[in-house]
Amino acid sequence: MRWSPGARVLVALAGAGFRRYATYRQATIAGAFTNTVFGFVRCYILLSVADVTGSLAGYAPGQVVTYVWVGQGLLAVVNYWGQQDLPERVRSGEVVSDLLRPVDLMAQFLANDVGRAGHAMLSRFVIPVTVGLLAFDLYVPTNPVTYVLFLVSVLLAVLVCSACRYIVALTSFWLLDVRGVQMVWVVASGVGSGLYFPLPVLPEWLVVLLWVGTPLPSLLQAPLDVVVERGGTGHGLLLVAGQVAWLLVVCGLARVVQTRALRRLVIQGG
Amino acid sequence: MVEVYWKLLVAQIRSQTQYRVSFVIDLVGATVLTSLDILTVWVLFAVNDSLGGFGGREVLLMVGIAAVAFPIADLAVGNVEKLQSYVRSGLFDALLVRPLSTLGQLVTMDFAPRRAGRVLQGLVVYVIALAVSPVEWSAPVAVLVVVAPLSGAVFFSAIFVAGATVAFWWIDSGQLSNAFTYGGKDVTAYPMTVFGGLFRRIFAYGLGFAFVSYLPALAMLGRSDPIGSPDWLRWCSPLTALLSAVIAGWFWRTGVRHYRSSGS
Repeated sequence: MRWSPGARVLVALAGAGFRRYATYRQATIAGAFTNTVFGFVRCYILLSVADVTGSLAGYAPGQVVTYVWVGQGLLAVVNYWGQQDLPERVRSGEVVSDLLRPVDLMAQFLANDVGRAGHAMLSRFVIPVTVGLLAFDLYVPTNPVTYVLFLVSVLLAVLVCSACRYIVALTSFWLLDVRGVQMVWVVASGVGSGLYFPLPVLPEWLVVLLWVGTPLPSLLQAPLDVVVERGGTGHGLLLVAGQVAWLLVVCGLARVVQTRALRRLVIQGG
Repeated sequence: MVEVYWKLLVAQIRSQTQYRVSFVIDLVGATVLTSLDILTVWVLFAVNDSLGGFGGREVLLMVGIAAVAFPIADLAVGNVEKLQSYVRSGLFDALLVRPLSTLGQLVTMDFAPRRAGRVLQGLVVYVIALAVSPVEWSAPVAVLVVVAPLSGAVFFSAIFVAGATVAFWWIDSGQLSNAFTYGGKDVTAYPMTVFGGLFRRIFAYGLGFAFVSYLPALAMLGRSDPIGSPDWLRWCSPLTALLSAVIAGWFWRTGVRHYRSSGS
């Protein structure tokens, strides 16, 4: 990671991202409400599956409940499907003004997203998890290390997701219309990250393939497995190490794509 | 009157199919996304070969009814979600001055033909479900087989309209209606025995989501509701659909009267 044009700029950008989302109060409440309703739906469904044999793919009922509610909370933090300005700015040519700034385009994108995630963590995460705590018997980790590891894992998930979405956005330099790529991303990230169902319910070879071959489990399954202490702290550390590895890979890839994309830049109407 | 709507509709379809590649990508993408819902039910079902005390072919029937009902509603009035941007920008004024119903205009003006693929896909699932599940065929059941998905579609349409109407008071409410439209869609794909507590009482019986696929499916299968609702309730889907449409219509008109245009 070569860029370091001044940490202060990045912090300011993150702060701007935080404040921007803090102003959308209605949307925050509406979103948290929806996550909460989906939390109830998914929680009851997975619990009924776990009920038959007493566990679901190795998750005890309490862990299932935590998995669902923390997952619903993280959905807005690890922003899978958020609105993207960048493809539209590429299409209109406005991206030029982003590029003229003395801060790297990718650094701007990531810093802004971290700020947004910070706001989501304090609002969109807290509300569903609190409701889940009141309505169900959540598995609450007792080891303090787990909480630290969870926060690290969430930050890594946000960064990996952000870098992936950045690559998706960059394809607009070639395609101008990113809807098709976006659609592939939505499908892949939903199924492969453990959002629709915990990945261990799938056949083992497929689970291994997803962990080793794609960054998708790093988005949600990893922080959730950390917080339900699946496999203990040792396993949690392994998951976080895997996220770090994927972050490096995805960021590296994003750099390569960015270099190529900028060579193709055409300023519309200039 | 009908002719005007028809022209609006045709114009909308023509304009959206101009960019063919984009249209095909959208159509395919929307269809793949719905298959994910069915895939999810199947993956969870496969864990113990049952869901909420029902066997696979019974669950498939519920999935089938929901898989037809929701996409029809989504195709017909799903774009009413765009109301938010009309209220925010004040564009809703333009609808009010025309001599057509505001709801009718909104629905035809943003008609999204890419959603048609899902209806077809849902029909395929439903036909397969009817063929393989142990339906106790009789004349009333045969009528219900046709009426149930249509009632479900009316019910979901009412939910779409009611959800969008909230935007007259609360502009950033987009995600709020998702809880009942897409959330409701997820609920109806499962037997209500899966859910529990206050949530089941409110969602399934209070708001009426049990009437979309669960109760009609029970009637087709000749089973009583294990939760304990009376047997005649299984045939009441058309009535609840009608009731929901009336309520949604009343709510919409109240919302329109409350509309104050945009600030500038």
